[in-house]
Amino acid sequence: MNKVLLIIQREYLSRVRKKAFLVTVFLVPVLLLAMYAVMYLIYKNSSELNTVRTVKVIDESGVFAGKLKDGKSIKFEKVNAPLASAKKDLKKHEDDIVLFIPKTYGQPKAVQVLSEKKPNMSVSNAIERQLNDIATNNNMVAQGINAEQLSNIRSDISISAKELTDSGDEKESNIGALYVIGVACAIMIYLSLFIYGAQVMRGVIEEKTNRIIEVIVSSVKPFQLMLGKIIGVALVSLTQFILWILLSLAVSFIANKYFAAPQSPMLGFLEGLKNVPFGFIISCFLFYFLTGFLLYSALFAAVGSAVDSESETQQFMFPITMPLLFTYLISVSFLAQNPDSSLAFWLSVVPFTAPVAMMVRLPFDPPTWQLILSMCMMVIGFLFTTWVASRIYRVGILMYGKKASYSELVKWFFYKE
Amino acid sequence: MLSIRNIVKQYAGHTALSDVSLEVSGGQIFGLLGPNGAGKTSLIRIINQITAPDSGEIYFDGQKLNQSHIERIGYMPEERGLYKKMAIGEQIVYLARLKGLSHAEATKRIKYWFEKLQIQDWWDKKVEELSKGMQQKAQFVATVLHEPDLIILDEPFSGFDPVNAEVIKDEILELNRKGATILFSTHRMESVEELCNSIALIHKSHKILDGRVKDIRNSYRSNTFMIAYTGNKLQLNGTEPFTEISDAVTEEGHSIRLQLKNGSSVNEVLQYLLPQVSITHLQEVIPSVNEIFIQNVNKIG
Repeated sequence: MNKVLLIIQREYLSRVRKKAFLVTVFLVPVLLLAMYAVMYLIYKNSSELNTVRTVKVIDESGVFAGKLKDGKSIKFEKVNAPLASAKKDLKKHEDDIVLFIPKTYGQPKAVQVLSEKKPNMSVSNAIERQLNDIATNNNMVAQGINAEQLSNIRSDISISAKELTDSGDEKESNIGALYVIGVACAIMIYLSLFIYGAQVMRGVIEEKTNRIIEVIVSSVKPFQLMLGKIIGVALVSLTQFILWILLSLAVSFIANKYFAAPQSPMLGFLEGLKNVPFGFIISCFLFYFLTGFLLYSALFAAVGSAVDSESETQQFMFPITMPLLFTYLISVSFLAQNPDSSLAFWLSVVPFTAPVAMMVRLPFDPPTWQLILSMCMMVIGFLFTTWVASRIYRVGILMYGKKASYSELVKWFFYKE
Repeated sequence: MLSIRNIVKQYAGHTALSDVSLEVSGGQIFGLLGPNGAGKTSLIRIINQITAPDSGEIYFDGQKLNQSHIERIGYMPEERGLYKKMAIGEQIVYLARLKGLSHAEATKRIKYWFEKLQIQDWWDKKVEELSKGMQQKAQFVATVLHEPDLIILDEPFSGFDPVNAEVIKDEILELNRKGATILFSTHRMESVEELCNSIALIHKSHKILDGRVKDIRNSYRSNTFMIAYTGNKLQLNGTEPFTEISDAVTEEGHSIRLQLKNGSSVNEVLQYLLPQVSITHLQEVIPSVNEIFIQNVNKIG
C-alpha cells in the first residue's frame, strides 16, 4: 500500500507543479471577476433603460387610440398632429417615440415606430403585444362576440411554481434558476470527466512511450500503478475544484463590495438561487465527479495501455465517450425539462450516464431512493470498470508495436496473471 | 540463488517458454542466450513477477518467489526509459523508494553513484536534456541503487556506445565481486565469454543447453588443433597420426587445421612434424560460444 502512496504522490506533484495547472486555477476566478465587471457595466447602462419613454400615438385608423395602456416604462400620449410634424418634434425630445398607425394597419410593416435613439426591444415588443391584443378584441367583436363574452374568453394566466416541502409548506421555486444549475452541473461534470480522464490516458501513454513502464512494474503491480495514477489525478482535480470554489467565493465577496449594485439585473436570478441547497448539490457533484472519474479514467487507462501513441486512441475513444456525450446532449434539452421522466430515471441509474443525468435532475429534487440507487450503481460501476480495465492494462502496457484491435483486447482480458 | 523449475508460458497462439528449468547459483554471472524471440524476455519478466507462468515454479534463495523478493532484485529491461519531464535525481529517488529505500538513504546512495560515474552535476537536469548515453548511466544507477542480490539485465549493452558499455561492464564486474549475482540476456555472443561463468541457451522456447562456460566448451572439444609452421609445405601420405581438415598459406608460411586420429596425442603429432618443418604456433581449436550457439541452433533448425 505504501507503494501506491508513493505513486499517488508522484502523479499528484508532477501535475500540480506544472505551470498549466496554476494558470487554470487562477483563470477561472479571473473570468468570474470579469463577468462581475461586465454585469456591473450592464447594470450601469440599464438604468437608462428604466427611464419612462413617452410614446406619441398618431392613430389614423382610430381603432387603437385610448385603448393603449401605460406600462412601467412606457407612457402613451395621443397626438393629433400629422406624421411630418411629429417627426420634427422628435428632434427636440430625443427620448420620445412616435407610433404611427395608418388606416391600413393590417398590412405587413404598415405600423411604424419612430425614434431618435434606437428603440429597445422591450419597448417595441410591449407596443406590438398591445396592438395585437386590441386588434384581436376588435376582430372578435366584429365577429359578433360581445364585450362581456370577450372578458370571459380572455385569460391572463401566469404561472407561479410552488413546491410542497416535507413540512407541507409551499416553497417558491424558480424553475429557471434550477434549470440553469442543473445544466451547468451537467456541463461541468461532463467536461471535467473528459479533461481529467484524458490526463490519466496521457499519463499511461507517456509511461509506455518513455519505456519506463517495465522498470516500474518490476517494483509494483500494474494494478497498483494504475490505481496510484488514477487517484493521483483525482486528487489533482479535487485540488483544482476546491481552489476554484474558494477563489470564486473570495472574488464574489470582493465583487459584491466594490461593484455593489442594489438593483443588479442578476439579483432576481440570485434571489431564485437562495432556495437551492448548494451544500447538497456540491457534495453530490463531488460524489458523482469522483465515482464517474474512477469509472471513466479506468477505461481511459485501459485505452492508453492498448496504444503506442495518442493518435491511435480514436477507435477506442468513441464507444467510451458515446454514452456520456449522448446524455450530455439530451440533458440540456430533454432531461432538464423532464427531470422525472422514465428516460431520466434510467439514465440516472446506469453508471455510464448517471453522473451527467443525475446532476441535471438533482436541483429538481429526485426521490431519495433513486438518488441512493444511483449512487450505489456508481460504486458498483466503477469497481467493475476498474476490474475490467486493470486486466487489459496489465497486458497492454507491455505490448509494443502491436496494433491492438477489440478482439485483441478481449484476449488480453482473458489472459491469466 | 535462483532455481527455475519447469516453467511453461503460453500466449494466445504461441508458446514463449516450454518446460524451461535453470539453476543460477549465487555469485555467478549468468548469461541467458538465444536469438530474438526465443523467450528470454518472457523468462526474465516471469522472474521479475511482471507476468506469471502458466505452470512451473521459481525459488529464490530456497523460498518460493514472492513479492518480498522484489526489493532484492534489480531489473533493467530491454525497453528502458525514464520520465522525460522529471528531474533525474528526483526520479531515481522515486524509483529507489518504490524498491523500498528511504528517501534519505536513496539520496545518499545516488550522490555516491553520481560521483562515481562523474555525473554529479545532473541532479536537477530533466531527462530530456540528457544525451542517450547519460540517460543510460542514470538508468543503470536506478537499477542497482537498492543493492540488489540479483541483478537482471535484459540486453544490457544494446544501445550503449562502446565507451559507456565498457564503463557499465566494469561496474557489473565490480558489483559481482561484491557478491551480487548477475543474470543477463543477450543475443550477442561477443560479451559472453569474457563475462559469464555460466550460460543457458534458449531457442524457440526450449532450453537447449546450459552449464558452466568452461564445461560446455570442453564438451565441444573435438581434438582439433591449429598448427602454423615455416618451411616447405607438408606432404602427407596417410601414415601421420592425424587427419588434415584444412590448410592455408599465411604471410609467414603455412598453417594446418588437423584432427587427431583415435588414440594419438598432440605430442605424437609434434614428434611427427618436428623433423620436417619448424613450428611457430600450436593451438587447440575449441569452438567459441558463438559457434556452439550457431551449431545448436542449426541442428534444431
